[in-house]
Amino acid sequence: MARAVVTMPAQAKRGEIVEIKTLAQHPMETGFRRTQTGELIPRDIIRRFTCTYNGVEVYRADLHPAIAANPLISFTTVASESGALTFQWTGDNSYTVTEIAPIRVE
Amino acid sequence: MTTRREFLVLAATSLAVPEAARAQLDPNLAANRKAAFQEALHGIVGDTQVRRGRVKLQLPPLIDNGNSVPFSVVVESPMTEADYVRAIHVLTEKNPLPDVVSVRLSPRAGRATLSTRVRLADTQTVTAIAQMSDGSFWSDSAEVVVTLSACLEEGLI
Repeated sequence: MARAVVTMPAQAKRGEIVEIKTLAQHPMETGFRRTQTGELIPRDIIRRFTCTYNGVEVYRADLHPAIAANPLISFTTVASESGALTFQWTGDNSYTVTEIAPIRVE
Repeated sequence: MTTRREFLVLAATSLAVPEAARAQLDPNLAANRKAAFQEALHGIVGDTQVRRGRVKLQLPPLIDNGNSVPFSVVVESPMTEADYVRAIHVLTEKNPLPDVVSVRLSPRAGRATLSTRVRLADTQTVTAIAQMSDGSFWSDSAEVVVTLSACLEEGLI
């Protein structure tokens, strides 16, 4: 079920700022909604998103229930060396999704 | 479609447990949310003065559906080792919880930007706060009119 999509250029010039768009499939249940019979629906959200570039963390976001379902996060990073970017989403109910995207830097 | 049986169950439980209704009609709701916002703000900036400027929060002024509102934050910064944006925080005034998102950055981000989608419970002010590497805080706010709140929709389970 758990799926995530990352959109970014596969190659870049050294020092270029690349734009990265990430989308995770997740309901982001707030924990404030109730069912028709009045029971509280337990919270189920993604708590943290991290992006590491060849093992070094370059971007980290702490998410709260106010983030809409299927969180879309877009940001930038400097293309410094060839290698791989690792994206990880972690959250409630031991939700973990990891995506790896290679990048070639000339 | 609610069947007769479901309706009876719902009517019985809502009479028996009006706890949810009481929570909705809390007369101190506005004051409590304001206090929660101030507390969240204090948790981020401490006693440091927050200045206006350098941060640009882009948010549509009128929103039909509060369930998914796209927004972006751009902070003016050279993003060098000597001067960069350490963190960006986004807070709301009238959501059940004031925090929306907190982002940690390093000079390797290249540009200090953040763009995502937020849920908004009410017509309110959204605030973005940036923490610079020298410890100073800068902010920007945007007023948003929400016609359909994110919190009215019931769960369908």
